[in-house]
Amino acid sequence: MELVCPAGNLPSLKAAVDNGADAVYVGFKDETNARHFAGLNFTERTFEKAVCYAQDRGRKIFVAINTFPQPRGFDRWQSAVDQAAAYGVDALILADMGVLDYASERWPDLRLHLSVQASVTSSEGIAFYHQNFGIRRVVLPRVLSVNQVAQVITDSPVPVEVFGFGSLCVMVEGRCLLSSYATGRSPNTYGACSPASHVRWEEMEDGTNTRLNGVLIDHYGESEKAGYPTLCKGRFQVGEHTFYALEEPTSLNTLSILPKLREIGVSAIKVEGRQRSPAYVARVTAVMRAAIDHCLLDPQGYRPKDQWMQQLASVSEGSQTTLGAYHRPWQ
Amino acid sequence: MKLSIGPIQYFWERQQVLDFYEQAASSAAEIVYLGEVICSKRRLVTLDDWMAIGRELQQSGKEVILSSLTLLEAASELSALKKLCRNSSFMVEANDVAAIQLLSTAGRDFVTGPTVNIYNNRSLQLLALKGLKRWVLPVELGLDTLKDLQAQRPEGVETEVFALGRLPLAYSARCYTARSHNLPKDDCQFKCLDYPDGRMLKTQEDQEFLVLNGIQTQSALTHQVLEQVPELEILGVDVLRISPQFRHTPRIIEIFDAARKGADLLPLGKELLSLLPLGACNGYLVDQAGMEYDTSQVA
Repeated sequence: MELVCPAGNLPSLKAAVDNGADAVYVGFKDETNARHFAGLNFTERTFEKAVCYAQDRGRKIFVAINTFPQPRGFDRWQSAVDQAAAYGVDALILADMGVLDYASERWPDLRLHLSVQASVTSSEGIAFYHQNFGIRRVVLPRVLSVNQVAQVITDSPVPVEVFGFGSLCVMVEGRCLLSSYATGRSPNTYGACSPASHVRWEEMEDGTNTRLNGVLIDHYGESEKAGYPTLCKGRFQVGEHTFYALEEPTSLNTLSILPKLREIGVSAIKVEGRQRSPAYVARVTAVMRAAIDHCLLDPQGYRPKDQWMQQLASVSEGSQTTLGAYHRPWQ
Repeated sequence: MKLSIGPIQYFWERQQVLDFYEQAASSAAEIVYLGEVICSKRRLVTLDDWMAIGRELQQSGKEVILSSLTLLEAASELSALKKLCRNSSFMVEANDVAAIQLLSTAGRDFVTGPTVNIYNNRSLQLLALKGLKRWVLPVELGLDTLKDLQAQRPEGVETEVFALGRLPLAYSARCYTARSHNLPKDDCQFKCLDYPDGRMLKTQEDQEFLVLNGIQTQSALTHQVLEQVPELEILGVDVLRISPQFRHTPRIIEIFDAARKGADLLPLGKELLSLLPLGACNGYLVDQAGMEYDTSQVA
């Protein structure tokens, strides 16, 4: 099982490599990738350094170009593909059919992975991208139970990567428009969900309001720590109740099911969080490296260590973690 | 421009579904999309029933399309999709790439629904070679992008626009309607039946924001493009889709029918607003937040 870790800048990339990532994934400084945040991502100069740092140490570097270009921007996505290819990266992570078509035609030898943003949850869907663009790996959305992942792996024509840790999308990726409904910007079109440009924090007499383009996402009492207003993780009213109607602020954590993921044939484990700090990347990478090594060495005797769980909880949203859709009762 | 009736997004009683399509048969809509697109547990109307409804609509002169499930998870859902794609009577609307794969490798023509991400011409051209005959513009794309896509549209491919309905915004493994009743998905007690237009989700300030429809999340406001009908005509849009709501759909179809024939939009727009469960939005069309309502073209 390959460990694939995120990097939003050079210090994070070094943290990932130094702490045992097998591969690091990055993006360019524009809306061609799904973590298009201010101050994040790579310019041509830092990108060159990133490729060298990873590959000189025998690690792989992947480039995410995983948003959906509209006609007027299509050439920017082509340029991103060309730039990544020219630097000899190990794989591109793509979502859009048009971009996949371009990349597979222009760079037939370059390894292509299907991004989670392509929203493919079945072997037939994977087969489409395999037959038409020669993808060599697929990243599955976070909507399948472990048994369903196992079924997909059995029938899939290519190896499967799954998310192992990080912020949890509760909607199937690539088909979630909640953010653009509220702000005009979505992961598909703009590369960001609940973008910071539309966030407002209001100090109130009785606590804090967090808003997204004016819409109240949550209200925190004085004793509560206010969180970022990610649209699907606010408290709303449904019927008589006010609660986390879609999902709590929580992170995915698969440490407890690593042996199962190995057994069903998962090829790579992905860590979410290109927008997070180098310290986050270092800590999560180190824990996941230790856990995967343990799991591969002794799958029967493997138990997640308390220390690992604590370390991951400390960098999780709301300091809590979940198995998400992997665990049927969550659904 | 033709009018279509999109697949019913909600879970209605069987008789309500049958009554709905009996009325649809005499409506001005030329195209009717049939089938369950949200949740495979909704089985009050079976595939055989859909086929029978389809044959009747066909006899009334309608073009009938079978719509596929949007989010595939269980192996049984993939099997059901394969069966749907093998039907010999009707074309299929693919709402997931798996359906495109099944249909194109079988050499069958198909339609793509709003959840197939066609954002640029290269994607459109690629799918045209695979057998795409009609596509629905993803709902978050605006008129400028539609114009660019229309300019290079492949021959033989029709363009359909989601013209009226609560917007299909997101799909999850989790059932939010069940969750709102503190029930797990596996024991949902079919609570969706109680909410024929979805269950309202409000902010803590009582702003009606989203609607829960099982595993799907919709907009609380109804997206509607009545004021843009003349512009869509100029852009060469072939089909306007009316997404069914529990009440007033027949009258809404009449309103869009009048609009496409050039009737005065002002009184039609006023009446249309009175028929919606909450209110209207159209922000996506003009590159704003989808929940906005740009009324600059209304009068």
